[in-house]
Amino acid sequence: MEPIIRFENVHYTYPGDELESLCGVSLAIEKGSFVAVLGHNGSGKSTLAKHMNAILVPDEGRVLIEGVDTADEERLLDVRRRVGMVFQNPDNQIVANVVEDDVAFAPENLGVEPAEIRRRVDASLRLVGMYDFRMHAPHLLSGGQKQRVAIAGVIAMQPEIIVLDEPTAMLDPQGRHEVVSTAFSLCRARGMTVVYITHHMDECIDADRLIVMSNGRVAADGTPAEVFANTALMEREGLDVPETVRLLQELRAAGVRLEGEPLAVEPCAELIAQALLKRSRK
Amino acid sequence: MLKDITLGQYFPGDTVVHRLDPRTKILLVVVYIVALFQAEGWIGYALVTLVTLLCTALSRIRLRSMFKGVRPMLFIIALTALLNIFYTTGTPIRPGWIVTWEGLARAVQMMLRIVLLISGTFLLTYTTSPIALTDGLELLLNPLKKLRVPVHEMTIMMSMALRFIPTLISETDKIMSAQKARGADFETGSLTRRAKALLPILVPLFVSAFKRADELAVAMESRCYHGGEGRTRMKQLRMERRDCIALILGGIFLALMIALKSLCL
Ligand SMILES: Nc1ncnc2c1ncn2[C@@H]1O[C@H](COP(=O)(O)OP(=O)(O)OP(=O)(O)O)[C@@H](O)[C@H]1O
Ligand SMILES: [Mg+2]
Repeated sequence: MEPIIRFENVHYTYPGDELESLCGVSLAIEKGSFVAVLGHNGSGKSTLAKHMNAILVPDEGRVLIEGVDTADEERLLDVRRRVGMVFQNPDNQIVANVVEDDVAFAPENLGVEPAEIRRRVDASLRLVGMYDFRMHAPHLLSGGQKQRVAIAGVIAMQPEIIVLDEPTAMLDPQGRHEVVSTAFSLCRARGMTVVYITHHMDECIDADRLIVMSNGRVAADGTPAEVFANTALMEREGLDVPETVRLLQELRAAGVRLEGEPLAVEPCAELIAQALLKRSRK
Repeated sequence: MLKDITLGQYFPGDTVVHRLDPRTKILLVVVYIVALFQAEGWIGYALVTLVTLLCTALSRIRLRSMFKGVRPMLFIIALTALLNIFYTTGTPIRPGWIVTWEGLARAVQMMLRIVLLISGTFLLTYTTSPIALTDGLELLLNPLKKLRVPVHEMTIMMSMALRFIPTLISETDKIMSAQKARGADFETGSLTRRAKALLPILVPLFVSAFKRADELAVAMESRCYHGGEGRTRMKQLRMERRDCIALILGGIFLALMIALKSLCL
């Protein structure tokens, strides 16, 4: 199947910068998958994200969204409609003083019929669980609620892809949980392709795929279990590894036989319990 | 202190005043201001005050919120009153005093005029969501587009400004508290000293405002914003019968005020 997002040897340098911020990134992202992106500060995660909806276009190489080249100015709106972007600071992406007016902003820009806009706004707000707040002023909402409004604002464009650039960086644990579970439900229940950029490795555990960026390059790419298993690389990149991975590795080093790579705490506990049971039977 | 600034605040509601078309309300405010400046003598002022109170009551806006809007202007109001008291000639209230009965009357009328002016315009922003307000303004000014006046750009700038006023106010508050915690003093000292003390607030405020503007522009583009061309609106503005009635009442009010003025002269 043709991947929904394809990066072909993308190079990009910010105007006035000396160092390349993306140096030869090639990627193919499958439709309907949940892709998490990790990387230290300045590793090029945001630059990567901004290439996905033609906010930035490559100096060299190409980015294709469902086969459409992002450098094609004629198809600019087409690309942007397909790829919804949610940014870190919710305050700086909400454009209206009333929640429902903000959610209507994108479809209004696209020239959608008024009745259809109304329908989409209500549906998007219900989807993120903010329908009851539709008449509220955004600046009085909590961080997690604002971020869900921002997500509703891009869902109203009916995109196939949603890119979230550190959407939880400014939120408390409660807000983080709200946003992460909203992002997962969009992918799992609605079949949207989600690219989720974050600093928190625990938010990546359930992703289909984990990409680690380092100095403008893809340093690792695979399932979360595969990527986290490479603890040496993760340490070099200054990234955390789930405690479960460390525990399993230490147990293995101590000679315990364990099959599989569970990342979440419960299945990991299960695995260890069974292994210990087997041992004691012997 | 900064929280008292109510500029551009909107109190959602479902009264007749809230439901009027924003274009009607903008036109009525213009009519109101013109009428206010026709006020001559106590009857005129009483009439405008009555109309203002009536509209406030209809919109269920509490008088307290109205006073909040007026409060930042108190200094200017007091100054105007003082100037009028001392610089109006007429019969002194006591022989030998410079304060005259005419001066006192004028001072009260001037104060009323400013308070009514502010209240009238605030009634508009209190009862109209910023989006409706700027949409209405854009539609009213639409004919100017033919003269190549960038109407859409001007109104979108206005709506972004209205959107970010609360954000920037709370940010200023935060920076001020941070500076106060480090021993900055904004309340005492000479005027120049106090102005200098404000500098450490303005610089970070500007830096962050530019950063915000930058991020906002990217976010707007990401949501397919590409100018006013081909844009539709979720909330279509429609003139109803109540708008016609309101406009006719506004016209009668203005005519009455003009008639009253010519009677007084
Ligand atoms: N607007 C800009 N102008 C010039 N250089 C920039 C700009 N934005 C980012 N850079 C540079 O590009 C590189 C990659 O930045 P990017 O923002 O993509 O990193 P990031 O992985 O998103 O970091 P963070 O975790 O801090 O968000 C950095 O070295 C940064 O200095
Ligand atoms: Mg970033």
